[in-house]
Amino acid sequence: MLLSVTTASSAAIEDKGPLPATVVSAADLSLTFATNDGPVHALSNVNLSIGKGEFVSFIGPSGCGKTTFLRTIADLEQPTSGTLLINGMTPRQAREKRAYGYVFQAPALYPWRTIEKNVALPLEIMGYSAAEQAERIKRTMDLVNLSGFEKKYPWQLSGGMQQRASIARALAFDADLLLMDEPFGALDEIVRDHLNSELLKLWARTQKTICFVTHSIPEAVYLSTKIVVMSPRPGRVTDVIESTLPAERPLDIRETPEFLAIAARVRDGLRAGHSYEEHA
Amino acid sequence: MSQLQYFLALVAGGLCTAGLALSFATPLETGLLLKAFLAVGAFSLIRLWVPLGLWLDGAMAVLGAVAVLTALGVYVPAPAFFWMALISAWLFAWLFVERLSRALAPATRDNAGLGLLIPIVFGVTILVVWEVVTRGANVPQVILPPPSMIWARITSSVPTLLADFQQTFLKAVLIGYALGCGLGFVVAILIDRSPFFKSGLLPLGNFVSALPIVGVAPIMVMWFGFDWQSKAAVVVIMTFFPMLVNTVAGLNAASSIERDLMRTYAASYWQTLLKLRLPAAAPFIFNALKINSTLALIGAIVAEFFGTPIVGMGFRISTEVGRMNVDMVWAEIAVAAVAGSLFYGVITLIERGVTFWHPSVRGA
Repeated sequence: MLLSVTTASSAAIEDKGPLPATVVSAADLSLTFATNDGPVHALSNVNLSIGKGEFVSFIGPSGCGKTTFLRTIADLEQPTSGTLLINGMTPRQAREKRAYGYVFQAPALYPWRTIEKNVALPLEIMGYSAAEQAERIKRTMDLVNLSGFEKKYPWQLSGGMQQRASIARALAFDADLLLMDEPFGALDEIVRDHLNSELLKLWARTQKTICFVTHSIPEAVYLSTKIVVMSPRPGRVTDVIESTLPAERPLDIRETPEFLAIAARVRDGLRAGHSYEEHA
Repeated sequence: MSQLQYFLALVAGGLCTAGLALSFATPLETGLLLKAFLAVGAFSLIRLWVPLGLWLDGAMAVLGAVAVLTALGVYVPAPAFFWMALISAWLFAWLFVERLSRALAPATRDNAGLGLLIPIVFGVTILVVWEVVTRGANVPQVILPPPSMIWARITSSVPTLLADFQQTFLKAVLIGYALGCGLGFVVAILIDRSPFFKSGLLPLGNFVSALPIVGVAPIMVMWFGFDWQSKAAVVVIMTFFPMLVNTVAGLNAASSIERDLMRTYAASYWQTLLKLRLPAAAPFIFNALKINSTLALIGAIVAEFFGTPIVGMGFRISTEVGRMNVDMVWAEIAVAAVAGSLFYGVITLIERGVTFWHPSVRGA
């Protein structure tokens, strides 16, 4: 018996104001997985648009469809109904045009390749010349502060360094859209703080559009220009929060009242979409 | 010293003491070295009060081995103290290896040379015990010839052994192995590529592997003639299936996240195969190559029992057994063992170079 609280309708979220260019736009997007226990509604009528240069976080409890949404953008999952456009193209066309870089929950570096060879992997596949590969490897390794570790193998580096290498790999071919699925989820708090501020600097420097899945409220508020709050069963968007924090964000911004106010709103959104008695 | 080492030292020393006492019944001037060893061994019981170095135990083992070997044939039949000396020499060798491996354990990787000493001592011990038991107890040659006799046979029939080796190993085994492994690999990729092949070829491969070699070998002789080609065909049949199954499993070894990564790059099938799935399959493929290296040799030798020109390791074994020339059989076995071990060792070395990144190789 479902007793879910429905305070916010997922269909009510609309574009606010003119954005320079829409990178991702989803309309009535639904995705249902058929499992042995019956259908699972991973995404239900999601409407969302992400503008160029935005840093959008997706937050919600597990099973809310945040990773599924990211994978649908990446054409790793196929929607059941609704439309989804990336730069005006279907997800499949966008993937074939190499429109995005994807950072997974695990670094997924190939252990038989050195760090620089791992970063070169997409470049090799996309047919870049050797000179261009070398130039891009150097640039992206600098960008994630991994210079000096080019010849190391992944298993010789710490978890945080491995994840930085996987970010470098996603940046190497200069896609304008960066999809990140809980990239720092497995790392400890201190490393995560450090990588968060590094990521913000990197975003400011590269002007990329970033979609970032997390289940940490401080992480979402600290990083984002827009926070998408999602809830499970069925997976849907319950709130979209435009951040009022300045672009320049030192780590101690997290103690300011403005930050805490946004965090409180995210928490309210999570609570509203989540019922604790649903298995009663 | 651990409890085991203490026990070994005590029994070895005790046996030497008892053997020394028994040896007084024989004329003093016979078997002097053997008696000297027994005396020194008895004296080694002093370790109960004064610690003795492990190299001293090594020296005791060597002295014991030499003493027992030179005393062969001095007494007929061999008396009890002779066997006591053999057992205590063996115990000293055991004690030496035990102490050496304990001493090396923390730093085996840095002590490759000394680490190699342990298997060598082990092998030499077996050869010495084998030699002494077969000759000391007059074991009939047909049952088990002593190693010295096998060695004499090897050195005196080098041309024959070389011709057999060339026929069986260099032709049948290596060619059959390359063809069988190559075919298994290619079929595995075909199976991976198409569901049609998967439902057709995998059961067929399974069927071929279930064929008994003694049934297949004569048929291969009918098909491909008496020479090495029919033996190579048997080797192909034996090595094909392990390669097929391992490669099919290996091609599925890459994790879903690693494949998704390739998908996000819009990589083609062949790019994904070459840059992800084959490297990830390498540990599986090398497993098959190692299994097949021994299977191939067995297959070729057994196949030669069913019709062959008058050369080849299997042919030699089957005919020399009939002529009661067991030393020649053992000589062929020795050649096969050395060739098979070297073959396996070479593949292991290549494996270490190729799959250096795998946790089982880098020792993580």
